[in-house]
Amino acid sequence: MSFLEILAIIIPAALYTAAPLVFTALGGVFSERSGVVNIGLEGLMLFGAFTGVLTTLMIQDTVGAASPWIAILAAALASGLFSLLHAVASITLRADQTVSGVAINFLAAGLSLFLIKKIFDKGQTDFVQFRINKSDVPFLSDIPVIGDIFFSRIPYTSYLAILIAILVWYIIYKTPFGLRMRAVGEHPMAADTMGINVTRMRYIGVMISGVFAGIGGAVYALSISGNFTGGTISGQGFLALAAMIFGKWHPLGAMGAALFFGFAQSLSITGAQIPLLKEIPSVFLIIAPYVLTILALTGFVGRAEAPKALGTPYEKGKR
Amino acid sequence: MQKLLKNEKLFNTIVPVIAAVLGMVVGAIIMLLGNYDPVAGFSALFNGMFGSPKAVGETIRAASPLILAGLAVGFAFKAGLFNIGVEGQLLVGWLASVWVGYAFDLPTVLHIPVAILAAALAGGFWGLIPGFLKARFKVHEVIVTIMLNYVALYTTAALIKKYLYAGNEKSYKVDGTASLASPFLSSLTEGSRLHWGIVVAIIAAIIMWFIIEKTSLGYELRAVGINQHASMYAGMNVPRNIMMSMVISGAFAGTAGAMEGLGTFQNMTVLSAFTGTGFDGIAVALLGANNAFGIIIAAVLFGGLSTAAPQMNFDANVPSELIDIIIALIIFFVASSYLIRLILTRFSKEGK
Repeated sequence: MSFLEILAIIIPAALYTAAPLVFTALGGVFSERSGVVNIGLEGLMLFGAFTGVLTTLMIQDTVGAASPWIAILAAALASGLFSLLHAVASITLRADQTVSGVAINFLAAGLSLFLIKKIFDKGQTDFVQFRINKSDVPFLSDIPVIGDIFFSRIPYTSYLAILIAILVWYIIYKTPFGLRMRAVGEHPMAADTMGINVTRMRYIGVMISGVFAGIGGAVYALSISGNFTGGTISGQGFLALAAMIFGKWHPLGAMGAALFFGFAQSLSITGAQIPLLKEIPSVFLIIAPYVLTILALTGFVGRAEAPKALGTPYEKGKR
Repeated sequence: MQKLLKNEKLFNTIVPVIAAVLGMVVGAIIMLLGNYDPVAGFSALFNGMFGSPKAVGETIRAASPLILAGLAVGFAFKAGLFNIGVEGQLLVGWLASVWVGYAFDLPTVLHIPVAILAAALAGGFWGLIPGFLKARFKVHEVIVTIMLNYVALYTTAALIKKYLYAGNEKSYKVDGTASLASPFLSSLTEGSRLHWGIVVAIIAAIIMWFIIEKTSLGYELRAVGINQHASMYAGMNVPRNIMMSMVISGAFAGTAGAMEGLGTFQNMTVLSAFTGTGFDGIAVALLGANNAFGIIIAAVLFGGLSTAAPQMNFDANVPSELIDIIIALIIFFVASSYLIRLILTRFSKEGK
């Protein structure tokens, strides 16, 4: 098997698995840049997957192939609203942000399965008729070598994820809104003095993270799993959180890390087809993202510094 | 009411009670919205928790690992650390206890303590990693422990498959000499799986209370939890205290794993998802206000709720996930104690 053939297996698989992680990690960037820890990404993703599958099932008979795309929007909206709970608890009510995130995860898991059982009378949904399929990009996939590696057998959501990551980078680093958001996460009191509404910025940050995690969850459910069960989202949200940290709270870094984690995850599946990798026990590939994140935090792989005010509620007038 | 708000200690005891009640109330509202009968639901829940000797036995059985998981979270909380990695520490403890229980040949008097000790050591080691990284490199323990949960999940599964595999996604059973199972307790509760683990859990709760309240180590841990800088200027070794608290916390969590390995299951399953006990431990510690006695009560409540969930499903047709929703709501309400304080203040002003 030639090197290029191997690449043509690995890269599409990596892009395919990474897309949900990229979206969710970008969401994490917004929340944490504004100073609110979001352990709840897992739950928000789960709620997005649930809403995505449910919406597709409800509208697929009338809307047809467009239904998964509409469902992704519905999931974005639903998780955005769901994240409001985390915002209210951790910003207005000054709850411990980690604890509130844990509660979000419990609540999303409980509520979505509760509703599934209520609606379908069983523990899982049916499979959706229309998925976001792997497809070849017209024209580009005909380019020799590159076309086969980067533009074939990849769902459109993967390209969308990368484009949005660039957009998020622009918003956070090149617009006044982004500057304000970062200021609120670094030094809320200074930001407040300059007339920025800290509470409002943080609410926006958390809710955008909900929107993105919702999209991530829906993309996972509609492109990879195809239905929703209690085990559909099991750890992808935490993996996205890890990607965000490994990417040093930077949108492009988060995207790169998410792509890398997607690559590592897909290797544990595609690895069997590839000589050399077959020899490595798959458990090493599976735990690699988590170990790497710890090393990154420790400083062995370039030190990751969190926003300064991350995790502390802002109380006006308190020194 | 004024007096209540001024008395911190009393307020801190009353918040969990209010939160638990609020959680149940919202749970009832959800049942109503879902067209279920809340009265039937809650009476089925109560029956499933305490309705028969068997139900009581199962409630206590489920509470044993939860007590230990709650102690683990609570102990770290006391030192100002958030150990979200109880789940992972529990898994490595579980594996260690099963390994010692299966591979060693010892008389019961030694076998059980050695197997539990192995679980505590394994969990303690798994807690030492984030403790060390926090103390040495100032890495936030929340992220490290989350990552280590996954490392533990996949590594224990791979180790079982490679070294302890008995087929059917399960490890070998532990020897009878290492088993905490008790025909006596089982017959006492008419056939529940109640085992001696509850005794271990209560001893652990007493140990936690003793360390925190009666030793200088506990005093230092609490001081570090309240103010690291002040503790440092007072001459306390802050890094050492951080590591100690994570090790002891991990040891409690590992012992919780031994409850499953030596008690309830007698073996370990090749898991592909978390047991949830470690995360429930967070809820238990919060509801128990990080107090050893409070943790026991909270664990009995949550253990009972989760064992009674199928009963509620069976009798009143309410999906058992309602319990997860109630637990989540209780966490929200405890965490948002600011809200409860706000409401109480409002009430007391109106009453004047």
